[in-house]
Amino acid sequence: MTSQEIVLVAGMAVVTFLVRWPVLALVSRITLPQVVLDGMKFIPPAVLAAIIAPAMFTPTGALDLRLSNAYLVAGLASGFIAWRTRNLLATIVLGMAIFLGWRWLW
Amino acid sequence: MGCSRSNEFWRGFRATIPLVVGAIPFGIIFGALAVNSGLSVGAAAAMSAFVFAGSSQFIAAGLFGGGVGIAVIVLTTLVVNLRHSLYSVTLAPHMKHLPQHWLAPLAFWLTDESFLVVAERYRQPDASPYKHWFFLGSAVFMYVNWNLCTWIGILAGQTLPNPASWGLDFALIVTFIGMVAPTLRNRPVMASALAAGATAIALAGTPNRLGLIAAALIGVAAGMLAARIGGTAATSINVETEMERG
Repeated sequence: MTSQEIVLVAGMAVVTFLVRWPVLALVSRITLPQVVLDGMKFIPPAVLAAIIAPAMFTPTGALDLRLSNAYLVAGLASGFIAWRTRNLLATIVLGMAIFLGWRWLW
Repeated sequence: MGCSRSNEFWRGFRATIPLVVGAIPFGIIFGALAVNSGLSVGAAAAMSAFVFAGSSQFIAAGLFGGGVGIAVIVLTTLVVNLRHSLYSVTLAPHMKHLPQHWLAPLAFWLTDESFLVVAERYRQPDASPYKHWFFLGSAVFMYVNWNLCTWIGILAGQTLPNPASWGLDFALIVTFIGMVAPTLRNRPVMASALAAGATAIALAGTPNRLGLIAAALIGVAAGMLAARIGGTAATSINVETEMERG
């Protein structure tokens, strides 16, 4: 590991632990303001959507709405399966199968 | 039933199996991509051992390969992992009684996957005093699997060229879709996801993945605004915990 990499991994480890641990550690001593609690609810859907959407719609960097875009087709299909079934394992297995099948087809 | 420590531990282990299935290809592709994007073997392995947050590791490896500075990568990691603070807030009331030597490791091991099954376990009405052992079983399984898969990926990435072409990178996307899609049942959450997704697409070309940070902030703001307009600000904090497991 280079020293640059050590700084990188250490920095990532510290910020990640600092979003996971303090709330658990201090919960009996502090009360978070309601506006923070209200906003926090939207962090998972916002962050996950911000990761998912470009991966589906711009897999190569540019907007790709063609049927040959397996990320988009399989992503939409997976979203529908997840929304209907609420079954994560089924979504992952079927979604991967659709994705690999679609890529093979095109 | 479910009252002894080891019983809870193995229940947590079993409940996590479907999520491990999704994490296996994701861990392998992380290891392979990390060494192919210029990270050393030690750094790739250390990331899984000490950071243990898959999506941010994935993004960090990509940014590192693109020559992005350390400070920007660490900032992006912070934003991508900010959602774990919500998980902590959700679980904290159930874990008040635990000493720090339990809280610190469980916090370190808190992932999307373990949160999903552990929050479900805490919601069950039985009075088992050992539900944190369920958490431990889930967390240790995820951690061992993640690090093993990282190593497999590192070894594969050194021998097989171009891991991105395997298509396994979709495993991360489909796992996240499976987590977020079932929660899109009320307007504020839908507004939040739509605003974040659209912003992220519009800013897909921005350097340093700064579009991701902007999209996340806009998504949170849109959700809060929609909740205020719709008067549903009191919706419970159970984002992505309503999932059934297969």
